[in-house]
Amino acid sequence: MVVVIVLVLVTIGTVLFHFLAPTIGWWWTPIASNWGFIDTTIIITFWVTGAVFVAVLGFMAYCVYRFRYQKGRRSAYKPEDNKLELWLTGLTALGVVVMLTPGLFVWNQFITVPEDADEFEVMAQQWQWSYRFPGEDGILGTTSPRFIDDDNPFGVNPNDANGQDDILIDDSELHLPLDRPVKVLLRSIDVLHNFSVPQFRAKMDMVPGTVTYYWLTPIRAGTFDALCFELCGVGHHAMRGTVVVETESEFEAWLGEYSTFAQSMARAGNGAEKVLNLVSREVEATSVEKKSAQ
Amino acid sequence: MTSITPAQAELISPAEVEDVELYHPKTWVTKYVFSQDAKVIAIQYSCTAIGIGLVALVLSWLIRLQLGFPDSFDFISPSDYYQFITMHGMIMVIYLLTALFLGGFGNYLIPLMVGARDMVFPYVNMLSYWIYLLAVLVLVASWFVPGGPTGAGWTLYPPQAILSGTPGSDAGIILMLVSLALFIIGFTMGGLNYVTTVLQARTRGMTLMRMPLTIWGIFTATVLALLAFPALFVAAVMMTLDSMLGTSFFMPSIVEMNEYLEYGGGSPILFQHLFWFFGHPEVYIVALPAFGIVSDLLSVHSRRHIFGYRMMVWAIVGIGALSFVVWAHHMYVSGMNPWFGFFFATTTLIIAVPTAIKVYNWTLTLWHGNIRLTLPMLFALAFIVTFLNGGITGLFLGNVVVDVPLSDTMFVVAHFHMVMGVAPILVIFGAIYHWFPLITGRMMNQAMGQFHFWVTFIGAYVIFLPIHYLGFLGVPRRYFEMGDTSFIPESVASLNAFVTVAALIVGFAQLVFMYNLFWSASKGKVAERNPWQATTLEWQTPEMPPAHGNFGETLPVVYRWAYEYGAPGYDEDFVPQNQPPIGASAETGGDGVPDGAAQPAK
Repeated sequence: MVVVIVLVLVTIGTVLFHFLAPTIGWWWTPIASNWGFIDTTIIITFWVTGAVFVAVLGFMAYCVYRFRYQKGRRSAYKPEDNKLELWLTGLTALGVVVMLTPGLFVWNQFITVPEDADEFEVMAQQWQWSYRFPGEDGILGTTSPRFIDDDNPFGVNPNDANGQDDILIDDSELHLPLDRPVKVLLRSIDVLHNFSVPQFRAKMDMVPGTVTYYWLTPIRAGTFDALCFELCGVGHHAMRGTVVVETESEFEAWLGEYSTFAQSMARAGNGAEKVLNLVSREVEATSVEKKSAQ
Repeated sequence: MTSITPAQAELISPAEVEDVELYHPKTWVTKYVFSQDAKVIAIQYSCTAIGIGLVALVLSWLIRLQLGFPDSFDFISPSDYYQFITMHGMIMVIYLLTALFLGGFGNYLIPLMVGARDMVFPYVNMLSYWIYLLAVLVLVASWFVPGGPTGAGWTLYPPQAILSGTPGSDAGIILMLVSLALFIIGFTMGGLNYVTTVLQARTRGMTLMRMPLTIWGIFTATVLALLAFPALFVAAVMMTLDSMLGTSFFMPSIVEMNEYLEYGGGSPILFQHLFWFFGHPEVYIVALPAFGIVSDLLSVHSRRHIFGYRMMVWAIVGIGALSFVVWAHHMYVSGMNPWFGFFFATTTLIIAVPTAIKVYNWTLTLWHGNIRLTLPMLFALAFIVTFLNGGITGLFLGNVVVDVPLSDTMFVVAHFHMVMGVAPILVIFGAIYHWFPLITGRMMNQAMGQFHFWVTFIGAYVIFLPIHYLGFLGVPRRYFEMGDTSFIPESVASLNAFVTVAALIVGFAQLVFMYNLFWSASKGKVAERNPWQATTLEWQTPEMPPAHGNFGETLPVVYRWAYEYGAPGYDEDFVPQNQPPIGASAETGGDGVPDGAAQPAK
């Protein structure tokens, strides 16, 4: 009897907890991006799976009560019931379709970046974030870990014309304009990282050697915490950033405070000589690669 | 239905191979230490697995102390914390669960349940255990090398696993990889044994479709392991080369701490594919034996046949096959080609169908049964609750776009602990309470068992249920401490403290269980023969505990499936698998020759 009561309590308790948890704040953070569809898909999943959870545990509690041990009672002998199994399979498959279909539609949106999205880049290294905007030409210059040194911490290719006007933000605070779709390019120069703001719902690992992305439209002004969501070493938990969502004009003003790649190289002094050095380093590195390829 | 219902005596085919002479130990050492008896090897495997599992238990306390009371324990540094979570995860998944289910239960139950005298390659079986022990020792050794064990997370993702920003990136990670390679070598020796024994050494009449689901679960899991572990093996070898010889299998161009490293051209994502090609089947390597064992526990203790036996078999086989085409659902946000998401979300949700069928059939087994709420039954019921809960949250994470906000949060931690931590471990406990009388001849103590059950079940549930909601909130996993984070309310700290206290209490209950094991082995009530009135062959041996060679003079002949409970026409409510149909003689097999004459045991 205790078992039946506990089973019923576990079922009711789980459902109650689900509905009460948000009142103490244990629920998703209020959304600040266009990804409300993801939340909707989660709600659909909750209803479908919640119904199954309650039905199965309820039935189990009923069985444990109704068919509790009685001396002399014998169980019913009916090894198979194909019709029942077929029904159960069909209903389960239907539940799967109900959850999967919206899921795949929203995933398609998630990976299809709108053409008018503005690009910018988040660069990760142990254990800090920095950001790069494409500047006036709207195109980010190419990069390589080979170009990274004290004067060029972003590793922007000095020979790439597109990179000269890139705006470099060597700071963990990022600003984004409200209601503008942005494609977030993600780059790491050492290990895996993952730049994510829980309020935005979007998330993608940064993988050294390649550039990954996601896109979103911030829909709510405010200041949000950005966290690293992929274990990246002892400083993982301390790898924090801030994202400020503000009006377009405020954003432009903020962006204007930072200098371009060309400016920062010039400031580093001996701009031309520096570029030459880097070029020779690149040639060297390429020839090394060729040798190792042979 | 002919395959599972009692056969006429003449349908039992004669023995195809003669009984093979077993190796008979002559000394204490060959009997109890370097033993070739699967039952002894099973005990060795189980004790080693539980021993190293206790280390993982202590690590979980340390992890929880840090999470529940950050800043309170000076002796836990971030490096320590990441080493704790890494070793806790790896020990639980590989060295405890895999080893205990396959090396422990597999070794003990396969020969006994299929009616064999031993595994078919007893010497290789013995080697399997000793190599496993070596793997465990190498793993433990990583605590005693400079830098300590690896803190790369149990997934060991490169590049960080072998770079200096991660604890144990010199010796620790190498020992981990060597230990894994050893484990796989040892496992392969055992695994080939289990598969061959099931396929080749079943006794007469034990058709595949009459095997207990325990054997189906362990057999299918072993096949999965034999196919999946090689992927981990090559990944371990390649990463060892990357670390020691400077190859770049998984290493692209990297600037680490302002220094340009001599790597280039490798792919970190390649490692993840190899790891999860192993890692996802691994979930089922742990789950399928649990599925099988819990089916038998539910059937025996509810005095009813398993519902839909053939469907259950095909569900196990189907889940096993599907488990090889879902691996990248662990990598939705890894940066792999996003188009993979469509395929892997679909396969992942399809696997929910056979899994759900199993859950339905377990509850339908209770339906119209005569349920005895014994300790094994309690654990089996608790398994259904936790597995259902954990399976459901798997539908969230498997549905690619839902995974995006939840990935790498505490939701994932709660999900996999519920579904492949708590649920299979509850089955292990149930199985130990169930088979302890067979192994030792004594019953386990009831009072301690009841205490252990209630604290473990309720405790584990209240630990992991609320953690899901931290994941919704956006609390990341693998964080040494949260520090100041604006979206996390203060109540989360109270919740974390509560969970820590609950975890310590549940941990204490495990010590009671350990004490119960030792106490009952010597002082427990002496068990009667076949105390649960089960039908399967392991309970029908001439001696209990079964002696060397298992079945005495003659091997049993099987006439029926393993679930003859409440069958009409019999006095008892159970009919052992080796009991001939009414009217047939027990003395003769299908060949008309008395079994004793045909099958001499030497």
